[in-house]
Amino acid sequence: MEQRATASLWEWANPVKFLRLSGWLLPWVSWGAAICLAVGLVWGFFFTPDDFRQGSTVKIIYLHVPAALMAINIWIMMLVTSLIWVIRRHHVSALAAKAAAPVGVVMTAIALVTGALWGQPMWGTWWAWDPRLTSFLILFLFYLGYVALWEAIENPDTAADLTAILCLVGSVFALLSRYAVLFWNQGLHQGASLSLDAEENVHDVFYIPLLVCIAGFVLLFVALLLLRTRTEIRARRIKALQARERAA
Amino acid sequence: MMPDLGKYAFAVLASYGSSLALLAVIVWASLRRARRIRADLEKVEARRDGKS
Repeated sequence: MEQRATASLWEWANPVKFLRLSGWLLPWVSWGAAICLAVGLVWGFFFTPDDFRQGSTVKIIYLHVPAALMAINIWIMMLVTSLIWVIRRHHVSALAAKAAAPVGVVMTAIALVTGALWGQPMWGTWWAWDPRLTSFLILFLFYLGYVALWEAIENPDTAADLTAILCLVGSVFALLSRYAVLFWNQGLHQGASLSLDAEENVHDVFYIPLLVCIAGFVLLFVALLLLRTRTEIRARRIKALQARERAA
Repeated sequence: MMPDLGKYAFAVLASYGSSLALLAVIVWASLRRARRIRADLEKVEARRDGKS
């Protein structure tokens, strides 16, 4: 029974099955993302009070925290799919990692830009070489390098192999981005805004719209991932058909 | 309707503006490429079916 469940999981690495399933899922996930983002951002921007210390800048939390969370987790997702490629040689998993990277670039850019805009009035500086900020900047550079490496290599299998290694190395910085505050008890950045430990969480009035925004960002990523992976599968098919035409 | 953002109006509005713009760019670019590749694949498959 367990063996059958495992086998059926790998069946979805078949491009035709993936296209069929993702085609069915995509509209639902896209609408879910649009609704959660609209509700969460409107709620957060228009209907939450100012913080007693941070004033209206607290409204930046609805963009900064979900984007930072996604930036780290997208890299982890890329690591998992890259490892699946390396071990099992499933093309869909390599293409999913490739498809996710530009979304990760955008999420990291949002986290860095909103962080600077939030930091200036609160810390009196746009940027500091703080452990979390620095590791996040390095993660951003890794994302750019990852995208550039895919574009630079003609052979898709070689590109998938080399980007998988880059992804493995970059994972150190993805993890550092998350835990730098705990490793080095220094710098300007505060600890986690969200935690399973209720004492550390932000107040409910900010927390609930923040959760809705996080759900919106997660769903938006899944929708973009499905759409972009479908595109990569089709692009690969075009290359294969053109190669056959040339050979004929 | 617009909340009073006080002296932090620039920081808050610039955060929302830049973030929504970046999200719009990635959604637009993904949809555009998806449409283009889909059309290209249809052309290549039609050519192949025409030959066979």
